[in-house]
Amino acid sequence: MPGHTRCNERIIFELGCSGRRGCIVPKVEKEIQRAVGDAKTLLPEKLRRKGLPRLPELSEVEVVRHYVRLSKMNYGVDSGFYPLGSCTMKYNPKIDEALARLPSVTWTHPYQDEGMVQGILEVMHRLSKWLAEITGTYEVSLQPAAGAHGEFLGTLIMQACHRLNDELEKRTELVVPDSAHGTNPASGTMGGFNVVVVPSDEDGCVDLDALEAAVSERTAGLMLTNPNTLGIFEKNVEGIAEIIHSAGGLLYYDGANLNAILGKSRPGDMGFDIVHMNLHKTFGTPHGGGGPGAGPIGVSEELEKFLPVPRVTFDGERYHLDYDRPHSIRKIRAFYGNVGVLLKAFAYILSLGAEGLEEVAEVSVLNANYLMKKLENIRGFELPFARGRPRKHEFVISAKKLYKETGVRALDVSKRILDYGIHAPTTYFPLIIDEALMIEPTESFEKEELDRFAKVLERISNEAYSTPNVVLQAPKNTMVTRLDEVKASHPKTIALSWKMYLEKSEQQRD
Amino acid sequence: MTRLIVHPYIPNSIPKTKEEMTNEIGIQSTKELYADVPQKFRLRRRLDLPKPASEHEVKRHVEAILSKNKTFKDASIFLGAGCWPHYVPAVVGTIIQRTELSTSYTPYQPEASQGMLQALFEYQSMICEITAMEVSNCSMYDWASSLGEAVRMTTRLTHRTKALVPRILHPERRATLQTYTRPIGMRIEPVKYDLETGQLDVEDLKTKISRKIAAVYIENPAYLGFIETQVEDVAEIAHDHGALFIVGVDPLSLGVLKPPGEYGADIVVGEGQPLGNPMNYGGPLLGIFACRDDMRLIRQLPGRTVGVTDTLDGKKKGFCMVLQTREQHIRREKATSNICSNESLCAVAAAVYLALLGPKGMRELGEAILSKTHYAMQLLAKTAGIRAPMFKSAHFKEFVVNFDQARETVNNIHEKLLRHRVHGGKDVSEEFPELGEAALYCVTEMHSKEDIQRLAWALKTVLGEKS
Ligand SMILES: Cc1ncc(COP(=O)(O)O)c(C=O)c1O
Repeated sequence: MPGHTRCNERIIFELGCSGRRGCIVPKVEKEIQRAVGDAKTLLPEKLRRKGLPRLPELSEVEVVRHYVRLSKMNYGVDSGFYPLGSCTMKYNPKIDEALARLPSVTWTHPYQDEGMVQGILEVMHRLSKWLAEITGTYEVSLQPAAGAHGEFLGTLIMQACHRLNDELEKRTELVVPDSAHGTNPASGTMGGFNVVVVPSDEDGCVDLDALEAAVSERTAGLMLTNPNTLGIFEKNVEGIAEIIHSAGGLLYYDGANLNAILGKSRPGDMGFDIVHMNLHKTFGTPHGGGGPGAGPIGVSEELEKFLPVPRVTFDGERYHLDYDRPHSIRKIRAFYGNVGVLLKAFAYILSLGAEGLEEVAEVSVLNANYLMKKLENIRGFELPFARGRPRKHEFVISAKKLYKETGVRALDVSKRILDYGIHAPTTYFPLIIDEALMIEPTESFEKEELDRFAKVLERISNEAYSTPNVVLQAPKNTMVTRLDEVKASHPKTIALSWKMYLEKSEQQRD
Repeated sequence: MTRLIVHPYIPNSIPKTKEEMTNEIGIQSTKELYADVPQKFRLRRRLDLPKPASEHEVKRHVEAILSKNKTFKDASIFLGAGCWPHYVPAVVGTIIQRTELSTSYTPYQPEASQGMLQALFEYQSMICEITAMEVSNCSMYDWASSLGEAVRMTTRLTHRTKALVPRILHPERRATLQTYTRPIGMRIEPVKYDLETGQLDVEDLKTKISRKIAAVYIENPAYLGFIETQVEDVAEIAHDHGALFIVGVDPLSLGVLKPPGEYGADIVVGEGQPLGNPMNYGGPLLGIFACRDDMRLIRQLPGRTVGVTDTLDGKKKGFCMVLQTREQHIRREKATSNICSNESLCAVAAAVYLALLGPKGMRELGEAILSKTHYAMQLLAKTAGIRAPMFKSAHFKEFVVNFDQARETVNNIHEKLLRHRVHGGKDVSEEFPELGEAALYCVTEMHSKEDIQRLAWALKTVLGEKS
């Protein structure tokens, strides 16, 4: 893609030269050496490592250049438009990053005396209150490391609640709409529930009749994304809540992406009992190529007692870590959460304030609907479900017609988009749409960029109808062309480490 | 249209642009885009949050709050127990600040993400080298959740529902393991240890092992810092009964300590934070997850994994995520795990760190930590009222100090030490009542001779003071 250097960067194990060093290890003082003798003798012979680990041997400068070159072979939000639906690829403010690097947080240890960490506890306590206010929940736990981790915690809280009511034995089912993100059913299973899938209606919303039929005294709860993965606000959210609650189930809100409703509407007010949010989406912390993120959850007053320990509390003067919670589900990880990430979200909310967050919501929705308007009439693309209804932060178009008429699939369109120096949308999700392209522009991109994307899609459509091979063989301008993903996973050729790669290559040669 | 604010993060917040865009959509105002939100659920007030602030104000405000923290720079601190102070070379910070890496998503489009994919593949490869395993995923949330997922994995493989773990186990890992395994009806049973040495009681293991056990787990170094020596026996006992052998590690020990791949481990978990990631008050951490090259295991692996392949035209090597059919976005409720976002950037930091360290650096750092730990144990052992180390075993980085003879609680000693700007080790008296008044002390390459001497002096002073 433009801005990418089209070079090969060799694997680090092929670089360097025996004897080079990338750093000098802090010296052990003479006096210590004298006192303890040869370090080797400090371990029992049979537990000593014999050979050295076969790590690469590079000088510092080579390490820097290698990884800088790798970074140039990668595309981030700072590189350009990144309309990856469901992922909220918004701008990650640089000041937040700078603050998270302050030694006053990076050099604190989780078991330090409370008196020494009042600053970071204050950040955590205030952030949890703000997130509770934003989601309309009673209390927020900052502990989950990601959205899926929050979901898992949510299922554990459902269990704890039903167990306390002596109903866990019978409440074995978790209801999940067919449009849900894959983590929802997977988290349900991890939590020990049987997942019951309910279909969507012709508006892309939960089919109330089907829901009614699926719900019973076995229902532990429902996991819902709203606005759903089509970007549509569930028209019957009140009815859904009523059905689940009257059956004795709990309502879980997948708020991975709250962008559209910040300051506009709150899951707690809609009747949800548990909500998770992804700080690495809505609250501007970077995705890091797949984490670290943070997936706090908010809960209603009744469920507060089940949150993991410790809770960060404030007595009006000092902040504390409170472990005295007999009903707590205890722990889902070590320590208190991805603090480095929490701090960035804290700074993000400080910068935008209430007005700014509401503006984020409005503009992300404006951008999505504007782009949808520009794309829906491009030849070969259609907007399935609920035409004429506004979307929220994202929308999904289908390339089904394009595929039928030209043989070009959503995947090919995505690959061709890369050739134009733009990241591709999410493809083939949600599963209820054929040839889905899920597009989320976020509030972070200017109108000119949206217009350019629309033009690119129009060109790709023209290419599909005139010279389909150009699209089918895309991408051409990227670091690599399409990869053999079957080979990558085939038992004969799979290589998940350099060691394994060398072994497999040897076997192939024999 | 009510004008909210023009914010530097939101280019289209200027009224002119908004007007153009609403015109194109065919609406009067952005408010109309919320028309389908039921009246009842519309928030009729502003959120109760601070006012928008300038960058300078944000900076001043956050710095002021954080200045209330006291850190390792302000006192000599001897805490470890799952999160450790190690030097992070400047190069690591420089690389992970490259925003092409840090602001990218999980590499779903490999053609635009070769940099991240290769960096993660290199991470996996280096983890395999130091643990002597063949397969690694590209990270879990932390050691505790890695352990939870590992034990769940063994139950999928063996269809057995019980696991044996050492009685000496970090309470946070034990609790997390419980939470991860309880929903699927697993039982976790502790194996006793020898009070003299801390070593796992192999006889007790023999009485508890059976064909009902899915996994035997040990840690090396153990949570309380000593080196388990009967690792080969444990592996054999586990394997003889068809159980999988899981080993938990501190990766920085593996420059000097025999790697689990050389004594029969099927799965290795551990905490990768010491590899180039700051402590950050306990997060983000980096869950290590590695296993043997066995398709049965690989198919059950949780989390993301990067592999090498070729381009379809066979002309070039490249990297992509593999075996995605195990994962939630394809497999949904049948996935091996729900994990999606993991700790990728921390894994990149670990790769850069290990690349800088190299084989000799790994060895030297391991030896430095060993030497300093032993020096600290020697000095403390000379102090009246103290037993250090409590266990008669070799130690790496951490050791238990017992204060029973001093007739003072660990907590009192801690309070008094603070007055001398020394932060003692983690109180483990409640976790292991049988150890009496005991604390887990940690010494790394960051502690100078003076720091260690200061600790010995402070302890002596404190214990000499009459309360
Ligand atoms: C709707 C939705 N729910 C849950 C998740 C899972 O979040 P995470 O990747 O942080 O685990 C995602 C992100 O992929 C998502 O888009």
